[in-house]
Amino acid sequence: MARKPISFTLNGNEVSVFVGESANLMEELRRNVGDLTPKHGCGQGTCGACTVMVDGEPQLSCITLAQSVEGRSIETVAGLSQGPVLHALQQAFIDGFAAQCGFCTPGMLMAAKALLDRNPRPSRDEVIEAISGNICRCTGYEPIVDAILIASGQSREVRR
Amino acid sequence: MSNVEFRKDIFADERDDDFNEIGKPRIRQDILGHVTGRSRYYDDHLFDGLLHMRCVRSPHHHARIRSVDASAAERMPGVRRIVRPSDVPNNLNTLLSLIGFGRDDEPLIASGKVAYRGEPVLAIIAETEAQARAACNAVRVDWEVLPHVLDVEEAIKPGAPTVNETYPNNTFDYGRFDHQKLRFGDVRKAFREAAHVVEAEYQMSPIEQAPVETCGAIAAPETNDRYLCHTGTQALFFSLGTTAKLLDTPSSKLHFIGGTVGGGFGGKVDSLTEPMAVLGAMLTGRPVKFQWDREEEMQVGAPRGGERWRIRDAVTADGHIIGREFTGFFDSGAYTRLSSYAIQKGTGHLPGPYWIPNVASNIYCVFTNRTPATAMRGFGITGVDFAIECHMDRVAETVGIDPIELRILNSYRDGDMKPHRRLAKNCALVECCQVVAEKAKWPISQAARSASSLTGSSPERASIPDTAVDEEGKIGDRRNREIDPAPAPGTKTVPAGTRQPGEMKDAGPQRPDMMPDAAALGLKRDQASAQRQVRAAAPSAHGAPQPVAPAQVRPAAPAAAPPAAAAQPQPSAPAAPPAREPGPAPSTGQPAEVPYQPDKPFQRGVRRPGVSPFLSGSRRR
Repeated sequence: MARKPISFTLNGNEVSVFVGESANLMEELRRNVGDLTPKHGCGQGTCGACTVMVDGEPQLSCITLAQSVEGRSIETVAGLSQGPVLHALQQAFIDGFAAQCGFCTPGMLMAAKALLDRNPRPSRDEVIEAISGNICRCTGYEPIVDAILIASGQSREVRR
Repeated sequence: MSNVEFRKDIFADERDDDFNEIGKPRIRQDILGHVTGRSRYYDDHLFDGLLHMRCVRSPHHHARIRSVDASAAERMPGVRRIVRPSDVPNNLNTLLSLIGFGRDDEPLIASGKVAYRGEPVLAIIAETEAQARAACNAVRVDWEVLPHVLDVEEAIKPGAPTVNETYPNNTFDYGRFDHQKLRFGDVRKAFREAAHVVEAEYQMSPIEQAPVETCGAIAAPETNDRYLCHTGTQALFFSLGTTAKLLDTPSSKLHFIGGTVGGGFGGKVDSLTEPMAVLGAMLTGRPVKFQWDREEEMQVGAPRGGERWRIRDAVTADGHIIGREFTGFFDSGAYTRLSSYAIQKGTGHLPGPYWIPNVASNIYCVFTNRTPATAMRGFGITGVDFAIECHMDRVAETVGIDPIELRILNSYRDGDMKPHRRLAKNCALVECCQVVAEKAKWPISQAARSASSLTGSSPERASIPDTAVDEEGKIGDRRNREIDPAPAPGTKTVPAGTRQPGEMKDAGPQRPDMMPDAAALGLKRDQASAQRQVRAAAPSAHGAPQPVAPAQVRPAAPAAAPPAAAAQPQPSAPAAPPAREPGPAPSTGQPAEVPYQPDKPFQRGVRRPGVSPFLSGSRRR
């Protein structure tokens, strides 16, 4: 397997690694780069726990070839807070009890951030659609949807 | 953001309502790690030279293993070790052997035969996961496919294939019987007197817990001759004990780290991955990860067991349920795991939250060629509760009574005797039903609205009745003749107020010393349970060995007793050394310990309760 050097931006920092042809982005981020925030839930693109943002779009890193992110900009939860100051989404998740085991949370936050970056005042249905690729087995989703609406500066009762 | 409504009007005289925490929103102590992605799950520990372990699994429900040929796999690139059943020092275990319940029946890696689809027969350790996967595909197993059984009632018929050699009749042993019995009163008499007999069968499916993090563990040799194991287990000490037993290793050589679980819901108590990972680390001397993929999680991960329940009720014309029979078949899958215990939980729960004077149940823990079942959220209770509550609606329909009123009419009241010989206390079903009706704007009668859990018991309801018992289903009978799995015809009677022989002998009426000691708990007033217990015991007319003695239940906390002395559990409290007495700490050179104040959690010199001093916020990038 030919290993190839690639460079990309991770949360604003330049990163260069050697990756194999078949290597997926999640494993490279976790094992080579050391960003453990994308989680391995299924490895087959169904659970959403590994969601990261590639050039602003949510993407399942477990089914993204690492070599395909050459020159692109990747965001993960590790870069969400500004130092000790939490992002509004993170604070809303804390206040609204929107995480229990926490395993889906990094992917859920990235899917939500991608939505809010694109659409700062989404409707409830748009929030539900945006996280529909992320499975959570603990919360029943309602607190997560509420938290995303509150993070967007709206009431959780918005447009049911 | 709390939507919880507290109904403080109910049982208002039984509470102090001086809660510090209940009813107020509190932030989870681990949620900051979750939203920043810093919580460390077992797979978030990186090791140099990590090896990956995968299993060769059975494609058949039931098959004999004629031979396993791993010669091609052994020569494949990256393969470091083939792990065979003979590599497991003590290759037979049952999860509950750690508490002495049941016989060892399950190998870590099957040899000889497999009893469910997906059972491991070989493991391969390789440099990468892809290499381990490829090598597993190169293993050739010569199978002799055996007839299998997937239905619980088919499995207990004479001539059914034996699933699990440890239990050749395909049922777990409960004392002398092949099923868990519960006998209370005489159901035959009840059915003779009944105006309606309502009978139905309910079937639950197995349910996979499906946590987002799959089961797994990483083990690595430490520098001090111990083995480190990071695991996603829900039961760290179960996993530690099971690993020590299977690998014939003192637990002092195992260093298990868990605690952060990516969802479990019961599916991570089986301790299957930890022994494999530690064994791999022992055999290779390198860190080894054994992680199920999603397909394994769904196929091999132990689900909530399927349950089949038959319920037969004897009901009077006015809706009183006077007899209830249960026949339960609990699908344990190929091995016991926790199903034996689920049935004991379920039996203690019968006949639901209702006072029924005649109850009989036979519950079978049945082995089938399905994936072994295990814990999941109230297992043993949820299934039978589903059946019971469906059945209550069916009874209401048959008798022509409102379903909520039927529940209020039959619900436990404080002081009622339950079929497992414990007194019902702190009952609240009546009040729950009333609030549900109110919230749903569901009209119920004045009588139902004015009912209370505090009243309605009687000396008759508080006593153990004449009980019909039988010897049906003795171990060993199954293969000789077909036994009707319906509960007992009754061959003899145990007189009222006495305990049953055999396995029931320890289940006497509740002992007063099991009541919480209000003073020791620091409550200002004695708790309602004690007061209500006194009320319950007073009219007790039965000749039980020790009716709950009011004298032993503290009518009120001794106000004069200093709290510190009351908190000492030992009677020798007055003789305690002076150093343990409250007050200024004697000067020992250490700074005086400052009491913990919830509003100042990070005060110097304060030990926060429940927080390890070694907890560090090791931060990743």
